[in-house]
Amino acid sequence: MLRAFYHVLLRDLRLALRSRHELLNPLIFFVLVVSLFPLAVTPSETQLQQMAPGVIWVSALLSVLLSLDRLFKQDYEDGSLDQLMLSPNPLVILVLAKVCAHWLLTGLPLVLIAPLLAVFMSVPDAALPALLYSLLLGTPVLSLIGAIGVSLTVAVNRGGVLLSLIVLPLYIPVLIFGANAIDVASDGMSVRGQLLFLGAVLALAVSLAPIATAVALRITASR
Amino acid sequence: MSGTEFNWSTFFAMGGYAVFVWTSYGLTAVILALNVILPLRQRKHIIRRVKRAVRREQLRAENKQVTL
Amino acid sequence: MFRAIWAWIQKFSSPKYFFEMSARLIPWFAIPAALVGAYGLYLGLFVAPTDYQQGESYRIIFIHVPAAWMSLFIYVVMAVSAAIGLIWQIRLADMIAAASAPIGASFTFLALVTGSLWGKPMWGTYWVWDARLTSELILLFLYFGYMALQSAIEDQRTADKASGLLAIVGVVNIPIIHYSVEWWNTLHQGATVAKLDKPSIDISMLIPLLLMALAFKLFYAAVVLVRARNEVLLRDRSRRWVRELIEKL
Repeated sequence: MLRAFYHVLLRDLRLALRSRHELLNPLIFFVLVVSLFPLAVTPSETQLQQMAPGVIWVSALLSVLLSLDRLFKQDYEDGSLDQLMLSPNPLVILVLAKVCAHWLLTGLPLVLIAPLLAVFMSVPDAALPALLYSLLLGTPVLSLIGAIGVSLTVAVNRGGVLLSLIVLPLYIPVLIFGANAIDVASDGMSVRGQLLFLGAVLALAVSLAPIATAVALRITASR
Repeated sequence: MSGTEFNWSTFFAMGGYAVFVWTSYGLTAVILALNVILPLRQRKHIIRRVKRAVRREQLRAENKQVTL
Repeated sequence: MFRAIWAWIQKFSSPKYFFEMSARLIPWFAIPAALVGAYGLYLGLFVAPTDYQQGESYRIIFIHVPAAWMSLFIYVVMAVSAAIGLIWQIRLADMIAAASAPIGASFTFLALVTGSLWGKPMWGTYWVWDARLTSELILLFLYFGYMALQSAIEDQRTADKASGLLAIVGVVNIPIIHYSVEWWNTLHQGATVAKLDKPSIDISMLIPLLLMALAFKLFYAAVVLVRARNEVLLRDRSRRWVRELIEKL
């Protein structure tokens, strides 16, 4: 079972590394969207600092959303998803492996580039750990919940808007607590509560979302 | 309505909040009515659609008999 | 024993049986809904005293609060029947879920608009990011997501199951969303904004409120049956019993 997990994980990573520009796109999108805000609103440092948590988190949300299609869509179209579903290994484990790969390819790069954006948005240094931790705990949840949405819409043509309609409301708790953690940390207060909440949501999502995803795939992707 | 006598114009005035109160109640009436009307119209639509499909199939069956 | 129960459930959940039975049930919900609603309106608009703080504007709660209760209640009904449909493969449950969504969405919309109409005299603006209004807005999006997914998938069985699963995921998320919105709201609650608390309510106001809530529930029961009957006709349209029945209509 563990071997199947690693096998799927490595396969997805290898496939993604083969098309590097596709890998970079969500990342560039993330940076691009964030840098639109100073242009649209104001370059004033104090105001940027005030907006920063929301801007960074909303942009992270959107760039994960845009990259979700990669999770199952291509596998559905070329038929390798059917093979996964036929394999004797539990589908939940394989789904979890695919979500892990997705997070390593999109969520983790977002976390790594976040310090740069913190500089762009003049987030105080004291808030940097909160920014990183909240993204580190929050982005896996985005991948996990997103997987449910993609698996429900995998057979729908041009399901992009539909996918965001389904997934974005479910992202709201992560958005609220993630952005608030940065906000509170900028004021120099403890963010333990916010991070604990994000951790709890992550634990819940890890244990339930792959099951829902597997069930959804059995419903929509079986031909 | 603090007085002993009931007065329709004070009732409709709603203590100056007439716009808000009556818009709310009016909208409620509209939405409840739509919830009744729309399914009934949908029902008629479905019945017409099924009838048409049945007739089409009958026609096709008859045509087949003629050509055969 | 279990087999007997199962056979009983199967009999009562067959779309054909439901279609015959529901025709007789609808008046039993519709007429009480009208009577209870009329009495509730009478008590709420004519008998209940003026609120000493909010004046007459508080009379909006007799529809706002029941509509808000309904929006959540219908979502739960939808998710529960979707779960029944998914687990025991009972098609009727899927149809009830599909029939509930538009009704629930309309009640959510009603709760939102009446909430902002109620808030205007108090807040001075139509929209304030109040915890309850925000939760209702998100709930409306959840309903839209369900309905969009239901109509986007062509195969009816697949659409029912997929949107049913979404309803279940939504119902698991609702408490989390609600809690986080509530928490977010207490953080950002400005001093100038009066909070829309549930008024500590007098019995003469509580009774019409509960009557209206009961009337809305009865109304929902009647309308969901009408809609579910449509779903039966639509989904079983190529079966013989539907065709025979429709020729008679």
